[in-house]
Amino acid sequence: MKKSRKETTFKARLSSFLMCAPITIWSVLFILLPVAMLVVMSFMTKGPLGRVVYSFTLENYTEILKPVYAEVVKQSLVIAVWTTALTVLLGYPLAAFIANVKKKTSGVLTVLLMLPLWVSGLVILYSFVVLLNTSGTINTILMNLHLIKEPLELLYNNFAVVVGMIYMFLPFAVLPMYSSIEKLDKGLIEASKDLGAGPVVTFFKVTLPLTSPGIFAAVILTFIPCIGYYMVTDMLGGGTSMMVGNLIYRQFTIARNWPFGAALSVILAVIILLMVLIYTKLGGDLDDLGA
Amino acid sequence: MEKKNRKKNAYVTLARVYAIILFVFIYAPVVLMIAFSFNDSRANVVWSGFTLKYYAKLFHDSGIWKVFGITVFVAVISTILGVFVGTTGAVGLTNAKFKGKKLITNSIYFPIVIPEIVLAVSLLLTFKIPGIAMSLVTVIIGNTTLILPYIYITVKARLVGMDPSVEEASLDLGADRVYTFLHITLPAIMPGVVSGAFMGFSLVLDDLIVTSFLANAETTTLPMKVYSMIKKGISPEINALTTIIFAVCAVGLLVYLLKWALDVYKEKKAKANALL
Amino acid sequence: MSKPIVSLVNVEKWYGENHVVKNMNINIAEGEFLTLLGPSGCGKTTTLRMISGFELPTSGVIKVEGESVEKKEPYQRNVNTVFQNYALFPNMNVYDNVAYGLKVKKVPKDEIHERVTKMLKLVQLEGFEKRRVNQMSGGQKQRVAIARALINSPKVLLLDEPLGALDLKLRKQMQIELKRLQKKLGITFVYVTHDQEEALTMSDRIAIINQGILEQIDTAYNIYEHPKTRFVAGFIGESNIIDAVVISEKDGCYTLGTEVGNVLGQTENEKLAVGDSVAISVRPENMLFSQTPVEGFRLKAMVKEHIYVGNLIKMILTLNDGTEIKINRFRAEDLARVGEMVYLYWELEKGVILKDKKIIDTDSARDIQGGDPDEEE
Repeated sequence: MKKSRKETTFKARLSSFLMCAPITIWSVLFILLPVAMLVVMSFMTKGPLGRVVYSFTLENYTEILKPVYAEVVKQSLVIAVWTTALTVLLGYPLAAFIANVKKKTSGVLTVLLMLPLWVSGLVILYSFVVLLNTSGTINTILMNLHLIKEPLELLYNNFAVVVGMIYMFLPFAVLPMYSSIEKLDKGLIEASKDLGAGPVVTFFKVTLPLTSPGIFAAVILTFIPCIGYYMVTDMLGGGTSMMVGNLIYRQFTIARNWPFGAALSVILAVIILLMVLIYTKLGGDLDDLGA
Repeated sequence: MEKKNRKKNAYVTLARVYAIILFVFIYAPVVLMIAFSFNDSRANVVWSGFTLKYYAKLFHDSGIWKVFGITVFVAVISTILGVFVGTTGAVGLTNAKFKGKKLITNSIYFPIVIPEIVLAVSLLLTFKIPGIAMSLVTVIIGNTTLILPYIYITVKARLVGMDPSVEEASLDLGADRVYTFLHITLPAIMPGVVSGAFMGFSLVLDDLIVTSFLANAETTTLPMKVYSMIKKGISPEINALTTIIFAVCAVGLLVYLLKWALDVYKEKKAKANALL
Repeated sequence: MSKPIVSLVNVEKWYGENHVVKNMNINIAEGEFLTLLGPSGCGKTTTLRMISGFELPTSGVIKVEGESVEKKEPYQRNVNTVFQNYALFPNMNVYDNVAYGLKVKKVPKDEIHERVTKMLKLVQLEGFEKRRVNQMSGGQKQRVAIARALINSPKVLLLDEPLGALDLKLRKQMQIELKRLQKKLGITFVYVTHDQEEALTMSDRIAIINQGILEQIDTAYNIYEHPKTRFVAGFIGESNIIDAVVISEKDGCYTLGTEVGNVLGQTENEKLAVGDSVAISVRPENMLFSQTPVEGFRLKAMVKEHIYVGNLIKMILTLNDGTEIKINRFRAEDLARVGEMVYLYWELEKGVILKDKKIIDTDSARDIQGGDPDEEE
């Protein structure tokens, strides 16, 4: 009987093995293992003094249903939805504008768009404290113009948080929308107009559906970090607003309740993975989220 | 016809005004930050004269230099590691077939699809439970994991656009796999490697969440330092510090753009010469 | 045949459940121009890739210069390949592309320069050394690809549809150039194409492959005049193929029964037994007709239409059972009128008996042939 041979030579298999080994080891040790640890931790019991007792419980998940925490989850979702909606709405026209100028100009504009965040999103957030303060720039200007008598409470509320979030995520939302608008076949728009559709009909029937992958990528790229980014709420919310991200942060710092923090993280990850799943099912490409 | 044109012009003007408003929104805080870094008043509200005292203070603060050094070190090492693991991985996984490959390729996307804080606490647990102390090593591992998908994705995008028979041609002409990788594959994916590295490097420089969870008191990075300064209260030194970073980035970008413009010019000239 | 330079012995290739190359046995002579011809997805490119080393055979032996190479790496084999889409190194100029094979082998710089210059002259690309490959036309890229493959002085050059991307005029010109180059250098060429005209123009021998099976390997003349299988008869040129059963034999001349009447046929060496199922293939230019019956033939057909195709006129006829018969003539006077009933016959040596049990629809075979070459494997 003839012996069936391998499909590739030993050297080919060896080189393939050597190329795959680093990333495989890395992702097992530092992605898959941590995720497994997180899931396991979320079912452990909280012990005294921030210790963990290794016995199985569902308590951490039922804890989340308590009104205090449910309120935080609700507030997180409200802020995230507002931020995402406003960011995409504000970003789409800008993306369209950048896609329709000369190629060189659009290159410069995208770089200008990203530059502040490349430098440091964090410090720029701090500028908002200066801007929105009761004795800050905006209030001072308005007062000097005698438009208002009393300074406006612009800082340390949900308004400030949403403004800060929009600032942080607008560029990330504009980029995927820009690339999908840029890829759009301009002939289709002309064809639609040629067939008698007005600009409004053309936009809703042609442009919007065809650029929807970019819009959805923008939604995901805003929503994911928004819900977990605790610094914005920390700095601009002033303790009045709290999001799931802040809650998790607390469990691992002040509150020292790892199992509960893990359970919150698992819930957060599951919600987002479901969104990503929908995104890929709708034809979205994961690669678009990273470039 | 003229009416239509006028209408179109109105739209264009409107779009321009809109874009300008958004760019003002984006750059107002930046301008403010730069302005106040030169403002004599600590209050950051009114302009009370030009000063460089915050810069002077910054330069004499030896602590800030140490923090700066650590930050750059972490960014450089994480980027090198990320480039190595991400590039070999993207090339290797494209053609490889093995059990569990799908799990691996999907897991690489985890750091970008799950919120950063979830990644940070997962890594924290992974180190803390077996009793590994937080150190520069854990910070670097965390940041490398964070940027790995970006490098993987940009390199993979280049590989998709590459003709696989080019590598076969090299093997066919007598080059072994190592030679082929270094002389054919690597040059072809280099733009992806560079842009992935650039993206990764700037992400690490600015990372707060993963770093602060995995750092100890000795491994404070710039974003951590800035964050703690901010939490302590308004201090113009931060403005000065960020203005410097901003200036460095802007100059770097300018150099890059100039080089790019020069390359384009050279290419045009070469083409013109070739036609002659 | 003298000692073969390449030989495939019982070569098999499976891709999972797909059996793409089936028991392939080919001997290629030194200095020969052999073409592997077949429809898209027939296994011809896989066969070539097994010779070059990009695919390993599932079983069987591949010998180059008498040495088994089927387990060796592509870079350990003394054969070189010209790829379908050129596969030039985009990061290098013309000179560096051609010099690549020598640089790998660490040949001294002076010698590289000398050999590259010579090679570029051979393919008429002097003066293009510094040119970027993406600034060249398809034909020029093809020349670079050939020069690059020839620089290592391989014993065998493998060409995988190298002219597929060129336009018709350039393709014809390159066919002649390639053939001239092969004669001049005396290198063995193994050439893969799905274009039968290209195969007939260039090859010393043609190997017809269908569904992983080597159907026939022979000279262009024999492939056309003496097809061995029904597939070959239908694939190369046009043919009228009629199913028949052997009824009787007399002095090497067989009487064959078809659905619509008996005909005569003869074989060259093979013996047929009474009751064998066969098919008889007659080229349209060899199909004769007459107003009166011819001894031994009982095929009645009605003329349906005349089609003028420039250098010749086609006459389409139908048999009683609806089968279409094609007849080609050079002059309109040689045809029968539309609507006329005629009797078909042929000279015995022009009717080729195909002892082939496989029933393959020749029309669909031709459809596959016209398919997209990119779908190959």
